[in-house]
Amino acid sequence: MDYGTLRGLVALLILALFVIIVIWSYSKKRSAAFDDIANSIFEEDELNKQTKQSHIDTNNKQETNNV
Amino acid sequence: MTTSNTSAVDYNFDVVRQFTVMTVIWGIVGTLVGVLIAGQLIWPALNFDTPWLTYSRLRPLHTNAVIFAFGTSALFASSYYIVQRTCQTRLFGGKLAAFTFWGWQAVIVAAVITLPLGYTSTKEYAELEWPIDILIAVVWICYAIVFFGTLIKRKVSHIYVANWFFGAFILVIAVLHIGNSMAIPISAMKSYSIYSGAIDAMMQWWYGHNAVGFLLTAGFLGMMYYFVPKQAERPVYSYRLSIVHFWALISLYIWAGPHHLHYTALPDWVQTVGMTMSIVLFLPSWGGMINGIMTLSGAWHKLRTDPILRFLIVSLSFYGMSTFEGPMMAIKSVNALSHYTDWTIGHVHSGALGWVAMISIGAMYHLIPVLFNQGRMFSIRLINVHFWLHTSGVVLYIVAMWISGVMQGLMWRAVNSDGTLTYSFVESLTASYPFYFMRFIGGILVVAGFILMAYNMFKTIYAKDGSLKPIEAE
Repeated sequence: MDYGTLRGLVALLILALFVIIVIWSYSKKRSAAFDDIANSIFEEDELNKQTKQSHIDTNNKQETNNV
Repeated sequence: MTTSNTSAVDYNFDVVRQFTVMTVIWGIVGTLVGVLIAGQLIWPALNFDTPWLTYSRLRPLHTNAVIFAFGTSALFASSYYIVQRTCQTRLFGGKLAAFTFWGWQAVIVAAVITLPLGYTSTKEYAELEWPIDILIAVVWICYAIVFFGTLIKRKVSHIYVANWFFGAFILVIAVLHIGNSMAIPISAMKSYSIYSGAIDAMMQWWYGHNAVGFLLTAGFLGMMYYFVPKQAERPVYSYRLSIVHFWALISLYIWAGPHHLHYTALPDWVQTVGMTMSIVLFLPSWGGMINGIMTLSGAWHKLRTDPILRFLIVSLSFYGMSTFEGPMMAIKSVNALSHYTDWTIGHVHSGALGWVAMISIGAMYHLIPVLFNQGRMFSIRLINVHFWLHTSGVVLYIVAMWISGVMQGLMWRAVNSDGTLTYSFVESLTASYPFYFMRFIGGILVVAGFILMAYNMFKTIYAKDGSLKPIEAE
């Protein structure tokens, strides 16, 4: 196999990989998991709200360390 | 998915605070130097007849200061913050994180000293001489160790999409910097590239365009995927789209470099590959932009009251605009008109001041109160003033350069019926003066905005802990 054919095959392989990534990420099975991940950045805030309610009157935001 | 009690995590926010403050300081310095050289193009006497202040020496200082001092400090700050918050663990590497801060500031100070003195490797956006290049490589490898080390010891099962973009940015910049800066030193401050001729040009723009693609795009997209949802208080529009966005963007960007070298000694087929890949790149770019902007769907009203969100969303509009303009300018026949004119400068600044600066400013306004134990910035009003100063500055700048650039392109290519050139170069320069002045005014507005930001930041930092209460919606 000459170099040109090899490169052509590699390009096709990468295209196939990309198509697989698209199909995988849009599969119905993954939907709920992705929603959870997208919401994961709010988890700490939720926890903070809860802890804030239990610890009365804290001025400082819980997620940050005092210097 | 695992969650841990957040109060138990002892985050390393010291290094984030340091980079955040320096982002704003370098933002002022970098844009101020830009305004000075914009002034020099109208009034050449502004170099005061000293070699240290000539345009040719200050221009690389301006680009290095805004890209590597301002932009990269913003990336350090936000990536260190986001990787800790989304992995719910402290930064890996202990003092190594502090070393990346001091090491990176040393690089910038070295640039501020050596560039005006005339030490340069002459490679665009990689002008710093070899001893500084080695320091950059060392700091960058430490950055990679801290970042990927933190990912490895994460307390959650997934890796949030912002970290994928940061990871690609850190990895590719290391490869680009080390690859392009290969040189043979002949003295303490002088070296010659190991590449020659067209290969050198190709290496240079492989580096140059991917610095745009991975530092100025992928890195800031990482910022976008965290701060836009955070500030809008709703999850990203489509997490699936963000995965496709990531893989499409990183697999295409790397090929686009040759569009900087149309109609040069570079082989024709390479130019065509560069053009084609640049055009295809439009799709992932807009996919990402739509994903960011649509995150706000159902909450558009927040734009009316929240100037921080306005910074973030308008930055995405500028991103969309410049990633439409870029592929268009990469088409060879369009490039024949636009290349070497001010249109290119306008394009770069719609990306740099519109996209990169505005997303960073928005992110910093979000971060500063969190990092310094406050509920909000000292003055929301001043953020709004900053938004309008910055936006009008950028619009003035881009419009001036569009008109000037297209005019230059048309004047340079105009020929008389006997084949001689219609205009001399100086005629096109004279015609550009009004637009240079317009650009100068735009630049002043941008600097003024940054100074307001610094004032607002220090007032927030020095306010008594927790004294600035968040303003409740409704």
